[in-house]
Amino acid sequence: MSRTRRRQDPRVPAVLLIPAALGVAILVLPMVGLVLRAPWGGLPSILTSDEVLTALRLSLVTATVSTGVALVCGVPVAWLLARTRLPGRSVLRGLVTVPLVLPPVVGGVALLMVFGRRGLVGGWLHDTFGISLPFTTEAVVLAQVFVAMPFLIVAVEGALRTADRRYEDVAATLGATSWTTFRRVTLPGVAPGVLAGAVLCWARALGEFGATVTFAGSFPGTTRTLPLEAYVAINAGDTEVAIVLSLLMIAVSVTILVGLRDRWIGTS
Amino acid sequence: MSRRPRFGAIALAVTAAALLSACGDDGDDAAAPSGVASGPGDDAPGGTVTVLAAASLTESFETLADQLGDDHPDLEIVYSFGPSSGLVEQLLAGAPADVLATADTTTMDDAVAGGVVDSAPEIFARNTLALAVPAGNPAGVTGLADLANPDLRIAICEPQVPCGSSAQRLLDAAGVTAAPDTLTTDVKEAASLVALGEADAALIYLTDAAAVGDAVETIDVPEANTVVNEYPVAVLADAPNPEGAQALLDAITGEPGRSILDAAGFLPAQ
Amino acid sequence: MSLDADLALTRGDLALRIGLAVGPGEVVALLGPNGAGKSTTLQLLAGTLVPDGGRVELDGVTLDDAAAGVHVRPRERRVGMVVQDYLLFPRMSVLENVAFGLRSRGLPRDRARAEARGWLARMGLEGYERRRPAELSGGQAQRVALARALIVEPRLLLLDEPLAALDAGTRPVVRAELRRHLAGYGGCTLVVTHDPLEAMVLGDRVVVLERGRVVQQGPPAEVARRPRTDYVARLVGLNLLTGTASGRTAELPTGAVVALAHDATGPVHIAFPPVAVTLSLRRPEGSARNAWPLVIADLEAHGDLVRVTADGAVPVLADVTPLAVADLGLEPGGQVWASVKASEISVYPA
Repeated sequence: MSRTRRRQDPRVPAVLLIPAALGVAILVLPMVGLVLRAPWGGLPSILTSDEVLTALRLSLVTATVSTGVALVCGVPVAWLLARTRLPGRSVLRGLVTVPLVLPPVVGGVALLMVFGRRGLVGGWLHDTFGISLPFTTEAVVLAQVFVAMPFLIVAVEGALRTADRRYEDVAATLGATSWTTFRRVTLPGVAPGVLAGAVLCWARALGEFGATVTFAGSFPGTTRTLPLEAYVAINAGDTEVAIVLSLLMIAVSVTILVGLRDRWIGTS
Repeated sequence: MSRRPRFGAIALAVTAAALLSACGDDGDDAAAPSGVASGPGDDAPGGTVTVLAAASLTESFETLADQLGDDHPDLEIVYSFGPSSGLVEQLLAGAPADVLATADTTTMDDAVAGGVVDSAPEIFARNTLALAVPAGNPAGVTGLADLANPDLRIAICEPQVPCGSSAQRLLDAAGVTAAPDTLTTDVKEAASLVALGEADAALIYLTDAAAVGDAVETIDVPEANTVVNEYPVAVLADAPNPEGAQALLDAITGEPGRSILDAAGFLPAQ
Repeated sequence: MSLDADLALTRGDLALRIGLAVGPGEVVALLGPNGAGKSTTLQLLAGTLVPDGGRVELDGVTLDDAAAGVHVRPRERRVGMVVQDYLLFPRMSVLENVAFGLRSRGLPRDRARAEARGWLARMGLEGYERRRPAELSGGQAQRVALARALIVEPRLLLLDEPLAALDAGTRPVVRAELRRHLAGYGGCTLVVTHDPLEAMVLGDRVVVLERGRVVQQGPPAEVARRPRTDYVARLVGLNLLTGTASGRTAELPTGAVVALAHDATGPVHIAFPPVAVTLSLRRPEGSARNAWPLVIADLEAHGDLVRVTADGAVPVLADVTPLAVADLGLEPGGQVWASVKASEISVYPA
C-alpha cells in the first residue's frame, strides 16, 4: 500500500528552539524598542527637516558611490585571490579582510595616518597637488570603501571558488583572451555572488560611522551622514531625532535588501 | 559597567598620545596599593564609585583617582567620560551612577530638572576656551578672525554640546562667523585633530590644549575671558554608594582636587 | 591536418606516458577505464595542462615541446572541445554561444551571428537561436556545443564522453547524428569514452588506454575480435586466455592445455565467445577436444541467456540458456565440465 506523503516540517527540538528564540530576541528587541519609543506624532516634521534630508541624501549618494568603487576594485581583488597562485596569497586574503575585525574608529585613525594632510600619501597629495582629503565627501567614500569592501571581496571570492572553472577553459579553447573570458564568462557566472556582495557592501557603507567620523569629520552636507547625524542627536540630548534617524536607516536598508533579494537573488 | 566608549575621541586620543609620546610626563603612574592595607579609619568609605564626567576632565580626574587610592584603598573609582549632554541623556535613560560632573551648568540643570540630581550642584572649576593650532602654527593663525577663513581647516565642537555652545558665544562676542570643516561632538576629538595637524585651528578648552602637550600651541585670544565655563558636580539622587560619592565630591571640591585641577589649567571656582 | 603527440605527465597516482597519432579527417576513439588518464590526455592536448615531457605537433605546428620549453596557450592552439555536460555558457543565448568564438577573435557582431545562424541551420537547430541552454534537450545541447567548437575551424576536435549525459533512449539517435557531423569535419578528432559501443561506432580507430599507457590500438573490428587485455576482453565480451603455443596446442600458466584448430608457436592470446562454451555434468564425448572440469562461481542474467562464471585451471565465462541451467541444476559451488570446439577459438600472437 503506497500513499503519497507530504514531507512535514521536522519537530523542532527544544534544545534548538530556546537558543533560537533568544537569538531572535537579541536581534529584534532593540528594533522593537526603537519602534515603541518612536515619536510617531513628530515623525513627519523630523523626517522633512533640512538636517535629516541633507544627511539622507549624503548617505545614499556616498554609500552608492562607495559600492561602485568597491565593485571596480574589489571584484579584481577577489579574482586574484580565487584564481591565481600569487605567492603570499593567504596573507593578502588575511590583510584585505582585516577591516572586518578592526574597530572602524581605528580604521579611521589609520586612514588619517595615510591620507591625512601629514600622512604617507596624503602628505604628498597635499604638497604636490594641494589636495587634502580629510573633511571632504571623498573622505566619507574612502572610509566607507575601507570598511565595506571586504564584505564584497569575501562574497565574490566565495562565488568564484565555487564556480565551474571548465567554462573558462572552454572559452580559452574558443580563442577568448583572459579578459574576454573574465568579462563574458566568469563574471556573468558569479553575478548572483557579486550582487549579494554589493548589497552587503552598500548596507555596511550606509551604516558606517566610526571610520567616517574619525577620518572625514562631521559637517552637515559634506560629511555628516545619517549615522553621524544620529550620534550628534544623541549627544545633544535629542533622543527622539536619533530614534527617527535610526528607523529611517532601518527602513531604507530593509526596503532595498528585501527588494533586491526578491528581484535578483531569489529568482536566479 | 556603563563605561561608554567615546568612539572617535578615544582612538584619536590614544593614537595621538602614542604618536606624540615625545612629551612624556614621566613616572607618576605608580599603581595604587592593592587593598590589603587596613583603611585609615573604621568608617572610611569603600566600594565602587561610578562617575560620569565631562571629557575635558579626563586627565585631572584620573590623576585624582590615583592619588585617592593612597588615602582610600578600599574605594574603587570607575569613570565614564563623554560629552556632558550625552552623559545626562544616559542618566535620564536610567544608567546607574554615583557622581555627575559636567562641563557647563546648562547640562547640569537638565539633570536637576530630570530628577536624577536632587542636591545642589557645586561649582568646582572653571575653564576658558583657547585657540589651538598645531605646533609651529603652520597656517599662521593669529586670532579668532582666522576662523572665518574658508581655506583653513577649522574644527569646532558641535553647537549642541557645551564646548560648542561656548565656542559659539565666544565667536559671537568677537563678531566672527566661523567656517568650520568639521563639528566634533567631543572636545578631545578637536584637540586630537589639531595635534595630528589635520586641523589648522580649533577652539578647545585651555585644559585640553594643555593635556595634549607640545604638539599643540595656543594663540592668545583677548575675548576668551568673556566666555567662562563653570563645572558643576553633584551626587546623584539614586547613587548606589552615597558615602563613597560624597568622599569623592569632597576630594574634588577640596584637596587634592584643587591642586590637580590647577595644574591642568582649570581656573578656580569663584 | 594531422596530430602527432607524445605526452608524459605524472600527477598523483597517474603516470601518463602515451604516443598518439591522428590522421587528417580521422576519428580516433580513446577508450579506457576510469582513472586511465583519458581526460588528462584531453586537457594536455587542449593546453589547459602542461606536459612534463614530450611534444605535441598539430598540422606541422609545435604546440608543446617540453625539452624546448614550448607551450602554446589554449586560445592559440586551434583545438576545439566538447565535453560531457557541454558547458554551454548558461547566461548567453544559443546564438551567442555559437558566435562566442568568432566574437572572441574580433569578428563584428553581425558577421559572427550570421555565421552562427548558418551553423545552427546545419545542425538542424533553426528557430532555437534565442533559447537559453537550459531550455534545450541533451541532444540539442550537444549539437550547439559542437557548432560552437567547429565554427572557429579547429585543427583538432576533442570530444570528452560526448554521449554520457544522454539517456539510453536518445543515445543511438544522437550517436548517429554525431557520427554524421564528424564525417563532415576535415580535421582530426579524438573521442574519449569508456563505452566500447561508442568507441566502435564513432572511431575509425580505437586506442585503448590503461593506467596511463596505450595497451592496444587498431581498427574497431580488430580490437573487438582480438582483445589484448582483460579489460578489453571484458568490454567486447570475449573469454581471453594467455599461453604458450606449440603446434596445435597451447599451455596456460596453470598447466592446463588448450587444443587449437591451427598451428601456432610462442606466446599467444586465445579468445572465444561465451556462447561457444558448452556446459555439461559429465565429461563430454565427441568432437570437442577442449574440456575442463570447473567450479561454478556465479550465475547472472545476461540478456536472454545466463552468464556463468566458472573457475578452475581454465577460468571461463559461459552463456547458456535458462533451460540448460534448470536441466543441469547449475548453482554456485557446483561442479561442471566446460567444453569449447577448437574451431571456435581464435589464436593470435601476444
